[in-house]
Amino acid sequence: MSETSAAPTIVPEITVAQERRERLAQLLASPTFLIGLAIVAFWSACAIFGHSVVPYDPYADDMLNTLLAPSREHPFGTDSLGRDVLSRVITGSRDILTVAPLATLLGTLGGTVLGLFMGYSRGLLDEVVSRIVDALLALPTVIVALLALVALGTSKMTVVLVIAFGFAPIIARTVRAAVLTERELDYVAAAKLRLEGPLHIMFAEILPNVAPPILVETTVRLGYAIFTVATLSFIGFGIQPPSPDWGLSISANYGLIGGGYWWTVLFDGLAIASLVIGVNLLADGLEGVVNG
Amino acid sequence: MAEDALAFDEVDVSYLVRGTPRTVLRGLSFRIGRGETYGLVGESGCGKSTAAFAAVRYLPRNGAVTAGRIRVNGQDLMSMGQRALRSLRQTAVAMVYQDPGRALNPSIRVGQQIAEVFELAGMEREAAMAKSAEMLDRVRISDPQRVMERYPHQLSGGMQQRVAIAMALARNPALLILDEPTTGLDVTVEAEVLDLIEKLRLEFDTAILFISHNLAIVARLCERTGVLYSGRLVEEGPTRSLFEAPRHPYTVGLLRCLPRPERRKKTSRLDTIPGFPPMPGAAPQGCIFTARCALATERCRREEPPLIDLGGRFSRCHYHELAADLPRAEAVQMAEPLVPSPSGPILTIDKLSKTYRVGDQALKALREVSLDLEAGETLGLVGESGSGKTTLARSLLGLTAADPASRIMMNGRTLPPRIGARVPGDVKALQIVFQNPDSALNRSHAVRRLIGRAIAKLSGLGGAALKQRLLALTRSVQLPDRYLPQKPRALSGGLKQRVAIARAFAGDPKVVVCDEPTSALDVSVQAAILNLLADLQASQKVSYIFISHDLGVVRYLADRIAVLYLGRIVEIGPAEQVFAGPHHPYTAALLSAVPDISGGHGARIRLQGEIPSALGPPPGCVFQTRCPRKIGPICETEEPALSEAGPRHAIRCHIPPAELMATRD
Repeated sequence: MSETSAAPTIVPEITVAQERRERLAQLLASPTFLIGLAIVAFWSACAIFGHSVVPYDPYADDMLNTLLAPSREHPFGTDSLGRDVLSRVITGSRDILTVAPLATLLGTLGGTVLGLFMGYSRGLLDEVVSRIVDALLALPTVIVALLALVALGTSKMTVVLVIAFGFAPIIARTVRAAVLTERELDYVAAAKLRLEGPLHIMFAEILPNVAPPILVETTVRLGYAIFTVATLSFIGFGIQPPSPDWGLSISANYGLIGGGYWWTVLFDGLAIASLVIGVNLLADGLEGVVNG
Repeated sequence: MAEDALAFDEVDVSYLVRGTPRTVLRGLSFRIGRGETYGLVGESGCGKSTAAFAAVRYLPRNGAVTAGRIRVNGQDLMSMGQRALRSLRQTAVAMVYQDPGRALNPSIRVGQQIAEVFELAGMEREAAMAKSAEMLDRVRISDPQRVMERYPHQLSGGMQQRVAIAMALARNPALLILDEPTTGLDVTVEAEVLDLIEKLRLEFDTAILFISHNLAIVARLCERTGVLYSGRLVEEGPTRSLFEAPRHPYTVGLLRCLPRPERRKKTSRLDTIPGFPPMPGAAPQGCIFTARCALATERCRREEPPLIDLGGRFSRCHYHELAADLPRAEAVQMAEPLVPSPSGPILTIDKLSKTYRVGDQALKALREVSLDLEAGETLGLVGESGSGKTTLARSLLGLTAADPASRIMMNGRTLPPRIGARVPGDVKALQIVFQNPDSALNRSHAVRRLIGRAIAKLSGLGGAALKQRLLALTRSVQLPDRYLPQKPRALSGGLKQRVAIARAFAGDPKVVVCDEPTSALDVSVQAAILNLLADLQASQKVSYIFISHDLGVVRYLADRIAVLYLGRIVEIGPAEQVFAGPHHPYTAALLSAVPDISGGHGARIRLQGEIPSALGPPPGCVFQTRCPRKIGPICETEEPALSEAGPRHAIRCHIPPAELMATRD
């Protein structure tokens, strides 16, 4: 009866902290994740510190130097109002990097709560909400957002809310699917047998086990959110002037491409593309580690 | 002289784990002659399956044979190119795995899958199909044409395994590797598959490498057996003499762990092997078994014994002549045996039924099951898959609501069918140890939280009192404190089950349902867990409903036994009487299906066919379709009642108990 007396053990003993460190090490060994992290970190740094490092005031007109081609003084050239494009691209990350993550976060929170309730309760609530979710998913996000913004008026806060509202059902579906498999496991029955309430079971027992897929889905959504914000700004319903926002800048300048002033839109376009790619690489790296 | 079918010569295999090579097989040598059946036994993690994969050079990507030679049919496997290796796997070696459902392609009809083997050899389609039918016939499938038209998922587990064996034998390979081929099957089906393998062994001149953790099966099938411990062959010899007079302390320990008929919880505890096996890849100095061996001396710690030739058999022990006298590792003190008090049943189940709706059909998982349970008593619940064991457990606990007419009473009070409607006291009193601790323990929580939360909720303790209770509880289930901050993933199977047991006992329950708590564990760990359950019962005065398909385990722990078949109790009675007879024909078949370690067996009763679906149970007696003692039309039209066969012993059969007893053999 002394199965536990001898010294050597069959399993490596891993504490919770060690496990976390191991996961992190795995992430940091993934080139996909590292490249994504570098890109996102670069643009985040620009968003935070950009205003104090740029060579020119991104808002300052200079009517004597409009539409200058890239040169030593203006590496990315100047736009139709003579503003320095490099300075505007660097500072242009600030609005999109506040609005998109905030919207994604809100959408994730709402979607997670909704998904937990749907998956755990099943029954009528699940049935009804699932149909509503299906209906919402059938509508194109940008069009719905557009209509909502027209009705509610355009502000950063409404953009955040509208995108979050669009994302919540998608997240909810992912969470619901994960919860459906978890709720059949015996630890849920064990929790009921020690008289835990449904809220405890959902948030303290099931949620930690469905967190990894939520994290991956959130990162993927962030990429979409960035794209949506840029699109809305481009059509005039997102970030408002005089912000140096990328989508907005492209919208203001794309008519000039025909005249050969390519630098007024190219760098903003590249910025959007690189940020979306960076976020997607992050998501890929995360997924690789989460799904083993 | 013909070449050996398989020869391992000083083979090392190691896996690269996080950059460090871990040697999991060290200096493994054995040979299997043509047509010979060789058994490889050992507990999980000892390297059995690694040896099997190495034999066809099919190791996982991070594994490699780092030393030694492996020869199949005299051909050196290590010097073979990919092409030669492929043709060898195609013609000379075949492998059958534990889970037939995963070995067969789910989207190809069975006939076509087998025919492919022949077509690869250049046969025409027509001829290949004819050969396939012939193969299915040879593995005793009664209607080959019909089975060939089916997809694998339409066949039962036993049928699937037979198809897998037919495919493996299709090319008449020189070597057949069977890796735990019956582990996932029910006992009566397992018995059938083993019979089949035994017969095929004589028909085909195929050599068999039979890998199993089940000593009794190996004892029955194999001519020679090797015992593997932590990647080392510790003993080898003719099966009969190896099991009758083992010459290595590990073999002795393993054999003693098996629950034997004469062992009962009231009189003794089961033997265990103290300690844990070394971590895979660890290479301790001296004999690998030293840490767990009661015979170990300074010499064992210093020098590793060679495989000593004892005349036709081998043992890797300095003191092989003393092995049989290995001091017994039994519980030091045994708690006072508990006599069930005759104060009336603590739990009564009256006409418990559970009907699931499947489409517009009714699936009767349980049909009017009635039983009662005394305080401190253990009721063993025996039956094969689909018999309703787990449904009974879940209905009792209120996790699924029983049908409205059912009644579950505790201490004379009727319990509501759903757990949500039960009063906290009743929920606390009725707890469970689940079969699969990986599902039952929340993988996100540390052990401390898993047990602590149960104590907090069930006994209302907090602060220092909770801490004290937690430590007392972990001590009583013999879980070392250092595991408290760890997550279940870091625990071995036996330790996880201890956590689950601690949790079930957190609120001083009156009745604990044990749902196959040891079915996933190695024999030595199983023995320790059974001992623990027996001790806890004696000290906590708790009653058990012990669900198992393993009659040996049930015999050790149960005071009374109920046998379930298709949701019906077919026999219930005191354990001694259920084992002694008269038996229900189904019980008799179950008893005779259990492989016996001595290799001998009495008259075997084999059941024909598969367990019918509960969706369309047979009319009359539910067992009539498989019953070897069916007496006539009455069995098909009228359901027999449970009739008295002795004191508190009842059998559901039209044959009178006296007659069941008389013609038992």
